[in-house]
Amino acid sequence: MQQAMNGAAATAPKPPSAAPGRGASPLGDVTAESYLTLTVADQLCGVPVLAVRDVLGAQTITRIPLAPPEVAGSLNLRGRIVTAIDLRRRLGLPPRGAEEGAAMSVVVERDNELYSLLADQVGEVLPLPRADRAPNPPTLDPMWREVSDGVHRMGERLLILLDVERILAIG
Amino acid sequence: MDDLLADFLTETHEGLVALDAALVRLERAPEDAATLSEVFRIVHTIKGTCGFLGLSRMESVAHAGENVLGRYRDGTLPVSRGGISLILRAGDCIRAIVAGLEATGAEPAGDDAGLIAALNAKANGEGLATPAEATVGAAAVEAATPLPPPAATLAGTGPAQAEAESPASGGAVSAPQTIRVSVDVLEDLMMLVSELVLTRNQLLQLARNQTDSAFAVPLQRLSHITSDLQEGVMKTRMQPIGNAWAKLPRLVRDLSVELGKKIDLEMRGAETELDRQVLELIKDPLTHMVRNSGDHGLEGPEERRRAGKPETGRITLNAYHEGGHIIIEIADDGRGLNLERIRQKALAQGLATEAELAGMSEREIQRFIFRAGFSTAAAVTAVSGRGVGMDVVKTNIERIGGTIEVHSKEGSGTRFLIKIPLTLAIVSALIVQSGGERFAVPQIGVVELVRVGGAGAARLERIKDAPVLRLRDRLLPLVRLASLLRLDDDQPQEESGFVIVTQVGAHVFGIIVDRVFDTEEIVVKPVAPILRHVTMFSGNTILGDGSVIMILDPNGIARATGVGAEGGEAEAERDAARPAALLQSDTRTALLLFRAGDATPKAVPLGLVARLEDVAREKIECAGGRPLVQYRGQLMPLVPLSGVWDAAGAPERQPVLVFSDGDRAMGLMVEEILDVVDEALVIDSAGERPGYLGSAVIGGKVTEMIDTAWWLRQAGADWFGGSGVGAPARGQRVLVVEDSAFFRNLVVPALGAAGYAVTAVADAEEALRLRDAGAGFEAIVSDIQMPGMGGVGLARAVREGGPWQALPLIALTGRAEPADIARGRNAGFTDYVAKFDRAALLESLRQCLSAPVQG
Repeated sequence: MQQAMNGAAATAPKPPSAAPGRGASPLGDVTAESYLTLTVADQLCGVPVLAVRDVLGAQTITRIPLAPPEVAGSLNLRGRIVTAIDLRRRLGLPPRGAEEGAAMSVVVERDNELYSLLADQVGEVLPLPRADRAPNPPTLDPMWREVSDGVHRMGERLLILLDVERILAIG
Repeated sequence: MDDLLADFLTETHEGLVALDAALVRLERAPEDAATLSEVFRIVHTIKGTCGFLGLSRMESVAHAGENVLGRYRDGTLPVSRGGISLILRAGDCIRAIVAGLEATGAEPAGDDAGLIAALNAKANGEGLATPAEATVGAAAVEAATPLPPPAATLAGTGPAQAEAESPASGGAVSAPQTIRVSVDVLEDLMMLVSELVLTRNQLLQLARNQTDSAFAVPLQRLSHITSDLQEGVMKTRMQPIGNAWAKLPRLVRDLSVELGKKIDLEMRGAETELDRQVLELIKDPLTHMVRNSGDHGLEGPEERRRAGKPETGRITLNAYHEGGHIIIEIADDGRGLNLERIRQKALAQGLATEAELAGMSEREIQRFIFRAGFSTAAAVTAVSGRGVGMDVVKTNIERIGGTIEVHSKEGSGTRFLIKIPLTLAIVSALIVQSGGERFAVPQIGVVELVRVGGAGAARLERIKDAPVLRLRDRLLPLVRLASLLRLDDDQPQEESGFVIVTQVGAHVFGIIVDRVFDTEEIVVKPVAPILRHVTMFSGNTILGDGSVIMILDPNGIARATGVGAEGGEAEAERDAARPAALLQSDTRTALLLFRAGDATPKAVPLGLVARLEDVAREKIECAGGRPLVQYRGQLMPLVPLSGVWDAAGAPERQPVLVFSDGDRAMGLMVEEILDVVDEALVIDSAGERPGYLGSAVIGGKVTEMIDTAWWLRQAGADWFGGSGVGAPARGQRVLVVEDSAFFRNLVVPALGAAGYAVTAVADAEEALRLRDAGAGFEAIVSDIQMPGMGGVGLARAVREGGPWQALPLIALTGRAEPADIARGRNAGFTDYVAKFDRAALLESLRQCLSAPVQG
């Protein structure tokens, strides 16, 4: 049952949409790095695609009492226990409302342990040219500055590049 | 074949293989000190073990080889090809002997004199001149020359080896039916099987929802095979606990020599098997505990003789299976734990105050030995007493989900009980729900399940805010899992559910949960590193339905709540101990509430009342102006509590509280029986009036406590005089030690009426002051639960010496559980009497005084 759900709901990282003016594979491109985009309370974020192990749809998450508030609980990914981190809490954003639907899981690995980053939506994999990357503005919220690798201009919107390692530095 | 020999053979085989390789390396690099010492070590080990096993032939060969290597190592002899050949030959010779050993179990006959002589000559540097012995460095050019084949070398050493060689090659295949597998491989296998078990459970759960699925039958088979496989893999990891004990006889022997004690070590159940991971983890604690028993526990022969014990002390190890766990007992018949010294040490280290110690049970005090840095050995010996001991043992045992208990009796020995799971990989757990979440509780800690709330089930009670459960006359402190895990913020506390009675060490407590599902085999997986600080969980797992569930750690819960904390959380422990203390019937008393005279409710301890009767008005007669009733063939005087009794105005049926003594009885006439309650008594004795002890607030109402003794006297001064239990006492002096004025007022008149000259004091300290002042008594009656040193402390002080040493000591207590009684008797009490049982007290006094105890 669990597996079936994973299969159906998983939006595996889509092949990179042909970014304007760039035909080469983003992975091999030295001038750009590929990021999986995700939305957390309307904020666009990016996670290095190489860090991502899996993307899952809504999951049954078991609450873990007494855990740090950022830890949403744990879930079962094909027999492995994955600790879920609520990105909204981690970034100090308002909690998800009921009408906003279930969160999606972006599964990353650190020290042989799997963690799931809970995001509102998971977008596509985009090659982001280094040239468009700007360092964190000094006025950025210290909480964000701690987990952000820089800011990326995406036309109208700004994308925060998340440092997975530091996102997981909880407790 | 002897196990020891088998081990030796396996080891020697390995050693010889390594020896060949190392020798060859050494030949190539004669200056390599590391290789040289490796070679030396291998030969030395073989020699040492041969000597130990009495294999003289092999030993002499190894010894000769070692001599040469020793010279090499010291640098007094250059490494030469010839020398190495000789050592290789020695190795071959040993191999041949080993083969013979394997085949026949005994060293084969043979003459190694030639080889030994050659080796000795080498060691003495005699062979240096022979051309063949050119040093390796100089003979680098010869390096291409092949070494003489071992067989050729062997041929020179006599036919015995050559013969032995042939059965060996055949024997090597058949004799050892074991292979050595790396532990890592087994661990991996175990992990895979664990995963398989989980997947199987998941599949079964799915199949349960689909009737007559085509998968049902193959799934059933898969399930069986998985179970068999799990069992098989577990078996590969099982080892007899005797493996962990193998070194103990030697250890005990050395101890007895070192300490000048005579010690017998008895080992039972050595064949009990447990997981090797667990075995490894308990090896050190066990060794430590046996050493402790020998060092602290057992006395020297002189002391034992004086104590009337056999000179030889005995340490007993016993292991057995019990309900999925292994129980290991380590017992000695030594001096036992010295409670007084533990108390002093606890005081000195500030672990508890004197008052707290006084309120602690013997078991609680004994558990101080598990505190860090706590050693009661007066002198630090080389063996133990360095204060790194039982706390480490306890921590190690708890780390593998086990528990340790200590039972000790001063003068007759100490017994440790260790309970550990058979395996750490797969545990049986109870799935429970609390605060809407499910949790797994390993069954090792679960003593029983009690349903609470709801119809016909036990009721949760509260002492202030602390929930407690009365379970078979014992008060069980409870923790609400939902509160502990902060899950019940928005949920009302339900009063129904289940209590999981859990034991951690000697501490028993209950965990309140909402629901209990079933038991499931779970595979414990460690929690993610970012959750490691949450000590309430020992891990997590995936259930058959695919959901993730946290595994509760009873030790962690005990620590978090302060129950059984031994690691410096004394404050929390004291807090937790408080509700338990309130339980004692000293403070909680069953009271009978009734109304008589005026509107104020009256109360009397229920224990004093023999029966409640309802007497018809016409049955009540008058004699000499006093009402009487014929009751059980006798005349029973009736005393109206209101002071007057008017036959005309009396109700049709008269409620009477009957107090009895032997075959005599007296009735107290009241107006109405109200209730029986269990209350903590705080009596305010202000505004005393005859017949009343004072007032107390019971159930929110001011209630007057009647002075039973006073009312009994109203029934006639001689009421106690002719008590049917033997001759009345003739002015024998009795000291009553009792802190509660209420009970003092009860006991003193009762004893006084029976003819004793009674002196009453409020605590043990005051009693001892009387002793020191030279007061004399024929008997002492003492309460157990008192502030200060308490009854047990008093008993000990009295028995220690002084003029009262041989006096009969009767304990008076509300708690009369067998353990309490045993404790009291250990402390020196002659008898044990329940607080309200006046007849038993009088009888006990009479017996004690007619047959005085001998010191």
